[in-house]
Amino acid sequence: MKQLVRLFAAVFAAALGLMYWTSHLNSSQGYSGANTITIFNWGDYIDPDLIAEFEEETGLKVIYQTFDSNEAMMTKIEQGGTAYDIAIPSEYAISKLKEEGLLLPIDHSKVPNLDNIDERFLDLSFDPGNEYSIPYFWGTVGIIYNPTLLDGQSFESWDDLWNPELRNRILLVDGAREVIGFGLNSLGYSLNDTNEEHLQEAKRKLGTLTPNVKAIVGDEIKMLLAGEEAAVGVVWSGDAAEVMWENENLDYVIPQEGSNVWFDNMVIPTSARNLEGAHQFINFMLDPEIAARNAEYVGYSTPNAKALELLPEDISQDERFYPPPELTDKLEVYENLGKKMLSHYNELFLEFKMHRK
Amino acid sequence: MTRTRNLYLIPYAAWMLLFVATPIVLIVYNSFFDVEGHFTWGNFEKFLTPVYLRMTFNSFWYAFLITAFSLLVAYPTAYWLTRAKHKQLWLLLIIVPSWINLLLKTYAFIGLFGTYGFVNAVFEAVGIGTRQILFTDFSFVFVSVYIFIPFMILPIYNALEEINPSLLYAARDLGASPWMAFRRVVFPLTLEGVKAGCQAVFIPALSLFMITRLIAGNRVVTLGTAIEQHFLVTQDWGMGSAIAVLLIIVMAVIMLMTGTRGARNPVR
Repeated sequence: MKQLVRLFAAVFAAALGLMYWTSHLNSSQGYSGANTITIFNWGDYIDPDLIAEFEEETGLKVIYQTFDSNEAMMTKIEQGGTAYDIAIPSEYAISKLKEEGLLLPIDHSKVPNLDNIDERFLDLSFDPGNEYSIPYFWGTVGIIYNPTLLDGQSFESWDDLWNPELRNRILLVDGAREVIGFGLNSLGYSLNDTNEEHLQEAKRKLGTLTPNVKAIVGDEIKMLLAGEEAAVGVVWSGDAAEVMWENENLDYVIPQEGSNVWFDNMVIPTSARNLEGAHQFINFMLDPEIAARNAEYVGYSTPNAKALELLPEDISQDERFYPPPELTDKLEVYENLGKKMLSHYNELFLEFKMHRK
Repeated sequence: MTRTRNLYLIPYAAWMLLFVATPIVLIVYNSFFDVEGHFTWGNFEKFLTPVYLRMTFNSFWYAFLITAFSLLVAYPTAYWLTRAKHKQLWLLLIIVPSWINLLLKTYAFIGLFGTYGFVNAVFEAVGIGTRQILFTDFSFVFVSVYIFIPFMILPIYNALEEINPSLLYAARDLGASPWMAFRRVVFPLTLEGVKAGCQAVFIPALSLFMITRLIAGNRVVTLGTAIEQHFLVTQDWGMGSAIAVLLIIVMAVIMLMTGTRGARNPVR
């Protein structure tokens, strides 16, 4: 017992010592709120070389932290323990953070590179006038499939998922908005539809998809598809890009009826201490050359029109990730439907999951 | 003397109050509010709809299967353990896997059970051929049993160890066959261990989540999954809490039903 207490005391003392040492090191090198900038981003979602370049160019020290879900990120920002200068949430998280008054307006005069962004990606419903957020990457929801396992079947429409030959071969992403959304899309309705009849119709139609669904999974979907555990998946384009990079057999398509388009935007939380630095960082990331390099590294679609011109043709002409205008017109952002409707969507999704073969 | 004893009680009392009583009160309180923060009985009414009732039935059915299979494997194992040569070593081998992170163990099974996983490779080699194991009821029950089994073995093992061997000798001397000695002497004496083990497995198995997604691919939806969904995705804390309250009540009933005889009349 005594030994145990001593052991814990030693660990505790060592931790305290290290804490003191780091704070000492930081202050001796002159790092404090004014010349550091804390960035909160998704894991593996930036070219690390760019951080070093940004540090060199501005003389600021970057503290880089990552999160793996919008919910986890929001909880950390709400609780306010760390002073984040920049965060990169998705659009529905942005409208939520905005509602809760946790974002600072962005001074557009300090972000001249905003002109490089394609107009299609500005002034969207979740943040009119881009008062609080600047686009970072965007993507879609679509079907990823493995032609080598499917002897030739190709996908053009959501209805192709209902093909009886696909029995037990489809993986779905575990998201109520995504699944109910493509159910609505396949019937020709908007994926933000709140009409009860349409929703019930979509639920009934999804019920008939059950025999084809092998599993409804989370992030593991990437590993399972790359390992050819299933031939077809409904995924976000970003995940699709990652899977296709690992397994070249796979292909991705945005169904012709339309689908979801999502955005990850840069925002400045109210906890920010270095506003000047935060604006510098946003402007830096919007530089055409920087944005192009970042897009090439990350593999998601860049909203930066000038950067797109700089990208090699095999990327910029890839209609799977940069769909032509006829198709982008049919893509919709998930609108914030309010807690009650979201809860109803989830209820329907739960009923869909309960549907046995 | 009593004063110092009361002092020792403070950490325990504080712990119970802060981490047991308060959360339960908060959950009960939350269960009476809808997403918009209005008082309602709606969450409990919703629980009585077919969707949730079927989910409840599923949860109980799978928890029952998991407990039954755990017991089926654990009792002979524990019995054999008490007679094994290197008892402590074997015991350690059973306990060590429970030190490994649950998520890690579950992920390992995805690899083992996959279409191109180890198990299917063996099936292929012996001529059975590849079949779907992952995302089936079988894999769900199997992995759950694997995870819970140490909690079933240990109480049974302890109960078996406590049996005075002279009782067995007496039974044999008086003419009982080995099976009769087991049925009339050993098994009744280990009943408390069996009950403790079943509680330790059945109750957590009722609110399993995560394995339902990773191993069963959401083809098995239990109340635990629904609670997780309501708290993390829908943020309908009221409904999540209502399910949790009903689970707490059910668990309390089970505890009472399987309660030990010693607890009912503690003073002899």
